[in-house]
Amino acid sequence: MQLTEKHKEYWQRNLRVTGILLAIWFFVTFVIGWFARDLQSITILGFPFPFYMAAQGSLAIYVVIIWYYANYMNKLDQEYGVHEGDE
Amino acid sequence: MATQSQAQFFSSLKRYYSFYTGGFVAFVIIVAILEQMGVPNKILGYIFLAATVMLYAGIGVMSRTADVSEYYVAGRRVPALFNGMATGADWMSAASFIGMAGTLYLSGYDGLAFVLGWTGGYCLVALLLAPYLRKFGQFTIPDFLGARYGGNIPRSIGVFAAILCSFTYVIAQIYGVGLITSRFTGLEFSIGVFAGLGGILVCSFLGGMRAVTWTQVAQYIILIVAYMIPVVWLSVKHTGNPVPQIAYGYVLEKVTAREQVLNDPTTPDGAKEAEVRAIFKGRQEAAEGKLKALEAGGVTYLAEEKGKLAQAAADLKAKPEADPAAVAAADKAVADYPVDAAAAKKAWTAAAAGAKAKTAPVMKHAEPFAGDEATSNKKRKNFLALVLCLMVGTAALPHILMRYYTTPSVKEARKSVFWSLFFIFLLYFTAPALAVLAKFDVYTLLVGSSFSELPSWVSAWASVDKSLMSITDINKDGIVQLAEVTIGGDLIVLATPEIAGLPYVITGLVAAGGLAAALSTADGLLLTIANALSHDVYYKMINPHAATTRRLAISKGLLLVVAVFAAWVTSLKPGDILFLVGAAFSLAASAFFPALALGVFWKRANKWGAIIGMSSGLGICMYYMYMTYPFFGVNAPLWWDINPISGGLFGMTAGFAGVIIGSLLTAAPDKEIQNLVDHVRYPNLEGDIKTEAA
Repeated sequence: MQLTEKHKEYWQRNLRVTGILLAIWFFVTFVIGWFARDLQSITILGFPFPFYMAAQGSLAIYVVIIWYYANYMNKLDQEYGVHEGDE
Repeated sequence: MATQSQAQFFSSLKRYYSFYTGGFVAFVIIVAILEQMGVPNKILGYIFLAATVMLYAGIGVMSRTADVSEYYVAGRRVPALFNGMATGADWMSAASFIGMAGTLYLSGYDGLAFVLGWTGGYCLVALLLAPYLRKFGQFTIPDFLGARYGGNIPRSIGVFAAILCSFTYVIAQIYGVGLITSRFTGLEFSIGVFAGLGGILVCSFLGGMRAVTWTQVAQYIILIVAYMIPVVWLSVKHTGNPVPQIAYGYVLEKVTAREQVLNDPTTPDGAKEAEVRAIFKGRQEAAEGKLKALEAGGVTYLAEEKGKLAQAAADLKAKPEADPAAVAAADKAVADYPVDAAAAKKAWTAAAAGAKAKTAPVMKHAEPFAGDEATSNKKRKNFLALVLCLMVGTAALPHILMRYYTTPSVKEARKSVFWSLFFIFLLYFTAPALAVLAKFDVYTLLVGSSFSELPSWVSAWASVDKSLMSITDINKDGIVQLAEVTIGGDLIVLATPEIAGLPYVITGLVAAGGLAAALSTADGLLLTIANALSHDVYYKMINPHAATTRRLAISKGLLLVVAVFAAWVTSLKPGDILFLVGAAFSLAASAFFPALALGVFWKRANKWGAIIGMSSGLGICMYYMYMTYPFFGVNAPLWWDINPISGGLFGMTAGFAGVIIGSLLTAAPDKEIQNLVDHVRYPNLEGDIKTEAA
């Protein structure tokens, strides 16, 4: 089993998108959580912003992250010809 | 599996489950009619619990199988959408369903660590593990460790860790089953545990993963319907908006305003609260005073005090016009008096702590990390540590990861993680709304009402269970103050239908939902344990030539043994549920995550790295919990103020360090293993090796 340059590029692109999405994940969870006290004065839909993020906003972003990743990778598989059969 | 038949399979599944959902709704309507005809509530409770358990049993029997691949991974043809629902049910336990909203009610913003942790972990599952494990495609998580790192040692550590964290977690589930069964049928707790156990076993015993998958889908539908109905109703009642998740922001504003009033002694309501708190302060000081006297006077003091009480009772009886109630109370005071110094110390310490908890001002629901600067920073640190442990634990619990072996392809596995989190999200973003709506109800409708006309749900629950709801007129003004009400977390979900003024049928539905949540998680966990023993230990290590029938027979036998053992441990009522659950996550995070993630993303990781990383991660986490969790009685000082529940923080760090250092000190893995890593990284490669087990 020999990997071609194309295969290596596929893996690099996978790593890049994984890294970017994990950075977003880290930001909405830990950075906003760390500064929660300082963001308390911002209000959104009646909620203080940190409460809104921890109770809804971040959760919705997680769902979008996973959805985006699944779509992106399933297309990338096709583009690089490493997709599975017709299942 | 050819395209056509997978598509057909998918559409027939959709048809089955649509019929099923319709049938379930019809069933609820019939029970509602029975209620209107005057059938007693207790019978309705029985009908609900018995009907749903029989339903699961029916699905279990229909899904029985003697095929290895069907038994371990449901034949690898579960479509993404359905695997998502099954994962949702597998994931959401009794703690999520019953406990979460209550935790949020009691701890406000700080409780959101559970909401964040138990959803955000799926990002790690999706991005770092699920697609790769699916490509690897065998039966258990130790299978992957065994193949990736070679030899039986990594596999054995994996088996040990899988059993340890699944067992810790399953005890919490069976506890939940026992609680619900006993509350809604009036059976003894320990009988409830074993009755619930029957319910768990009928699902998984005959059909393994296949039966568990299809029952879990059914259980998801019940649990989500049961959770949503009362919350939507409560939201309409308080806001006129049927979407609680949007509406409760403004309710939260009102709750915050109310908190300010209650904490401000210059307002009439605030003054009353301050009065009650002062009484509690007095009681706390009295109990502390007794403790001090006990320390100084010892047994003599105890005997003297008891003597005084006995004297008072005797004096009372000597009077000709003695009031029988007062005499009984005096006798009871003598009878209840602590027998020895140890008992007295325990009782008075508890009394002082209980009263002290009531002297604090009303907690601000939306405020993160309340307290002075040092306390606040400590809380923030623990909040983030807990979030991290729960997230990484999510991405390491074998019963969840195992579910992604059951999809037909890598592509479907990726989509399936999306569906999983979507279905989990539906419940988790509702729970904070429920907590706020219930709080609004208590703060505005209950507080300030008169003791002579309490809302019916308050008196009903106060008479059922004092730990869930207790209410006493401390300052004898006939009006309810917030400090006079004690609410147990589990009450919030269990009582919501009554708070919202819904008929009893909805209460039955909520009980059925809680049971579904606990049963589905328990099923997944027991199967994980039994599979680790039968597949990894027996088949892979002891007898690799065992025939299929023998493997399945052993697996089913072990399932039974493990289930009975777990139920027995549960009936002893060990520890605190939330801690058990949290501990399972910390343990899984420490033992599995570093070796699994680095196994995919770092080719250089090798056998010795995995052995050192897994054992030191697990070891440090267990050591920290043992030393610091009060249950074990050691009570060593905390490291950097991190609570024992987040011990996984140290375990994970040790795990990553162990894998990296151990690998770099020893030789790189050979070509075959490196090929395996490439194999899992690409969904399809030409001239690829094959690892999928049929």
